[in-house]
Amino acid sequence: MLQFLMKKEAVKPTRRQFLLGATAATGLAVGYRLIAGNPAIAQAAPAAAQANPFQTYVEITPENRIIIHSSQFEMGQGSYFGIATLVMEELDGDWAQVDVVGGSGNTALFGNLAWGGAFQGTGGSTSMTSSWERYRKAGAAARAMLVAAAAKEWSVPDSEVTAASGVISHGSDKRATFGELAQAAAGMPVPEDVPLKSRDKWTQIGSDTLKRYDSAGKANGTQSYTIDVKMDGLLTAVMIHPPKFGAEVTSFDAAKAKAFDGVVDVVQTPRGIAVVGQNMWAALKGRDLVTVEWNEAKAEQRGTAEIMAEYNKLAEGPAKATARNDGDVAAALAGAAKVVEGRYEFPYLAHASIEPLNAVARIDADGTVEVWGGHQMPDIYQAAAAQVAGTTPDKVRLHVLKTGGSFGRRAVADADLVVEAVAVAKALGPGKPVKVQWTRENDMRGGRYRPAYVHAIKAGLDKDGKLVALQDHIVGQSIMGGTPMAAMIENGVDPTSVEGASNLPYAVPNLKVDLTTTDVNIPVLWWRSVGSTHTAYVMETFIDELALEAKRDPVEFRLSMLDAHPRHAAVLRLAAEKAGWDTPLPEGRFRGVALHESFSTYVAEVVEITFKSASDFTVDRVVCAVDCGIAINPDQIRAQMEGGIGFGLGAILQEELTLTGGVVDQENYDTYTPLRIDQMPKVEVHIVASDEPPTGVGEPGVPPIGPAVANALRAATGKTIRSLPITKGLSA
Amino acid sequence: MVAFTLNGEAQTLDADPEMPLLWAIRDVIGLTGTKFGCGMAQCGACTVHIDGSPTRSCQTAIGDVEGMSVTTIEGLSGKVSETVQTVWAELDVPQCGYCQSGQIMSATALLAETPKPTDDDIDSAMSGNLCRCATYQRIRAAIHEAANRLEA
Repeated sequence: MLQFLMKKEAVKPTRRQFLLGATAATGLAVGYRLIAGNPAIAQAAPAAAQANPFQTYVEITPENRIIIHSSQFEMGQGSYFGIATLVMEELDGDWAQVDVVGGSGNTALFGNLAWGGAFQGTGGSTSMTSSWERYRKAGAAARAMLVAAAAKEWSVPDSEVTAASGVISHGSDKRATFGELAQAAAGMPVPEDVPLKSRDKWTQIGSDTLKRYDSAGKANGTQSYTIDVKMDGLLTAVMIHPPKFGAEVTSFDAAKAKAFDGVVDVVQTPRGIAVVGQNMWAALKGRDLVTVEWNEAKAEQRGTAEIMAEYNKLAEGPAKATARNDGDVAAALAGAAKVVEGRYEFPYLAHASIEPLNAVARIDADGTVEVWGGHQMPDIYQAAAAQVAGTTPDKVRLHVLKTGGSFGRRAVADADLVVEAVAVAKALGPGKPVKVQWTRENDMRGGRYRPAYVHAIKAGLDKDGKLVALQDHIVGQSIMGGTPMAAMIENGVDPTSVEGASNLPYAVPNLKVDLTTTDVNIPVLWWRSVGSTHTAYVMETFIDELALEAKRDPVEFRLSMLDAHPRHAAVLRLAAEKAGWDTPLPEGRFRGVALHESFSTYVAEVVEITFKSASDFTVDRVVCAVDCGIAINPDQIRAQMEGGIGFGLGAILQEELTLTGGVVDQENYDTYTPLRIDQMPKVEVHIVASDEPPTGVGEPGVPPIGPAVANALRAATGKTIRSLPITKGLSA
Repeated sequence: MVAFTLNGEAQTLDADPEMPLLWAIRDVIGLTGTKFGCGMAQCGACTVHIDGSPTRSCQTAIGDVEGMSVTTIEGLSGKVSETVQTVWAELDVPQCGYCQSGQIMSATALLAETPKPTDDDIDSAMSGNLCRCATYQRIRAAIHEAANRLEA
């Protein structure tokens, strides 16, 4: 998500204005603080490239701890480990000393460089792209300054001083730890252009034996998340949200709840009623005793059946906008030897992270606002917190915590959880910290879903079986519309609605991608791999079906149209080779393949299924090939492909979020059903060796799994599943 | 007043006996390694051992553990759990890590009962523990590896 910002913000004044509008106007460019214990420096933040590493990204304590301040958010995808690897490659520190914490409050330092540095945020699998130069330079500059400080103290030339495993030394007699030298090093001149190691000198980047520094704490329960924040007097609040999206509180009766032992207060926030208790159980018991009257005048009253019927009607009509238009599709279709058509339906999907959404807020007597949480878009949240508290952003201090999943859900333009937590803290008064903790039901019914879509697609083959025309009409809600990102919508096209289709790599001389954006009052959001969650499925199942129509091998058919896209072709060839694409399978087993690039990372997946019947099939094996440029942490690339495949497989097989009369039908994991271990296929991942700059891996493993499975199912049944989830489409 | 053993020590709580053990452990006693995920025994994030059996603490009232022995992730000890936790870290099983306390509780209970589990044994013992990051392949590998090391 948001990768578009990078491409456009530099050239389009209106976009630049939007980006800064969210930040500069509210003073976010000047951070609340720079680094813990160094608040005074915050006022004079230099441009990031020349920043003193010890005042920005690499804090070294007298106890010899290396604390890296990360611009990027950690939701499990390993961004902290990746950034630490970049720093450590240049710093020559000791991994046993390393910790990574979330930085915030200074756009100049922490702005996402993949988005032109315009604001801080994590998404679009951009963390390594943004950090590649920034954090290696920080590590290199810090090392150079440690060396210079030692050389000065020991009165020897810099060139004779060495650094290794967190120790600076000269010959055999002079030795000092990073911690002992840190204070002196911070005062040394910052090198203007510090050289970075050449690739042949790397020991950390690309290491297949380097392990995450933070796994042990996650295996012994000591890793802390927002739900675990502790402080004196911390209260817990649970929310009552509108039963339908867009409904508003008319009145509420909290008398019985307030009389309940352990309930502290019941307060109204801009997003619903909060029941505040001494602990979670008291808050939950109190919540049962509150009655709320809702005004549903502005509420969405439709169910998904009505919405999908309307989308199907829209898909048959003229499109409102066009995202890509090569050649003359209408003429080419008219002249085609064979025309194939398909109508696809995609449901709403929930992120359903296991840590239900939450945030902790405290407003102090001096007006300082502190918010602890999974702040995936800190600059926007800082501004939102200030607005709710009625103060200025410089009074807001965010604590960016590791979070129990996100998949995009914690990057919300309206800062939902931050707004709730600060509103409750404000109502409670100064010095009363409160944790707003959603229940699973709040989380499942809280909106911000992957939008539902309909695609109406048709394609033409000439008499030789060559694909000459392809037209796709996408119908669905805009993710960016109605948010500060709406400035990214050009000529009626929200790029997140069409990505993965409008940049189809295959050489099709006549190609048209149309979009009709719908008006539905169900909040939607980016969901791991965003537009590619549906466009990859449509394109890769349809291309595969066309190969069948043209009596061509699916891999060969694709390769014949990829002359201009060697990286696509290479991952496809690699996956096919490793999967033994040309070898026969035992009876009852079937293969399917899919190829998709998202966020500049190229992934091909070949699946093998065992098929007995529509209600009895298993996905047994997935062979994945990935090209993400330079592989920073190979084992984490594998981990993200494995996880992305499992995440995507659950969704495509069996996840569906429906509404009846405006009310969400699913409340918990009994009816909204992510993949479980007994459904997890064996995944093997092959990484393409590359000298290209690194790109992300958090999302790109997701898009190919659905179409690869569907293509295997077509091999088994002869039928293309066009209505998702698959378990529904297969029985239909 | 409810009395039980928690991580080997006597524990007495003056609290509503209907309070789920999960919230008693987290909010009253202050041990936060046990996680909240669903509140209806669907995700397994809150798994603890009660008299050695893996149990969903979100669906267990404290009144029902009177006199029993409760072990949380903080109270694990012994060769099985040490091996499991070591292997978990060595294989970099966790991604976000939030569900992993529950995974470890289920995995240690499995290995205590079935020292050499098959893939099917693992699927059956672990299918109550959701991992939204889908770290399942490594969970399986880690359980097999821990079994191998414990056998050696």
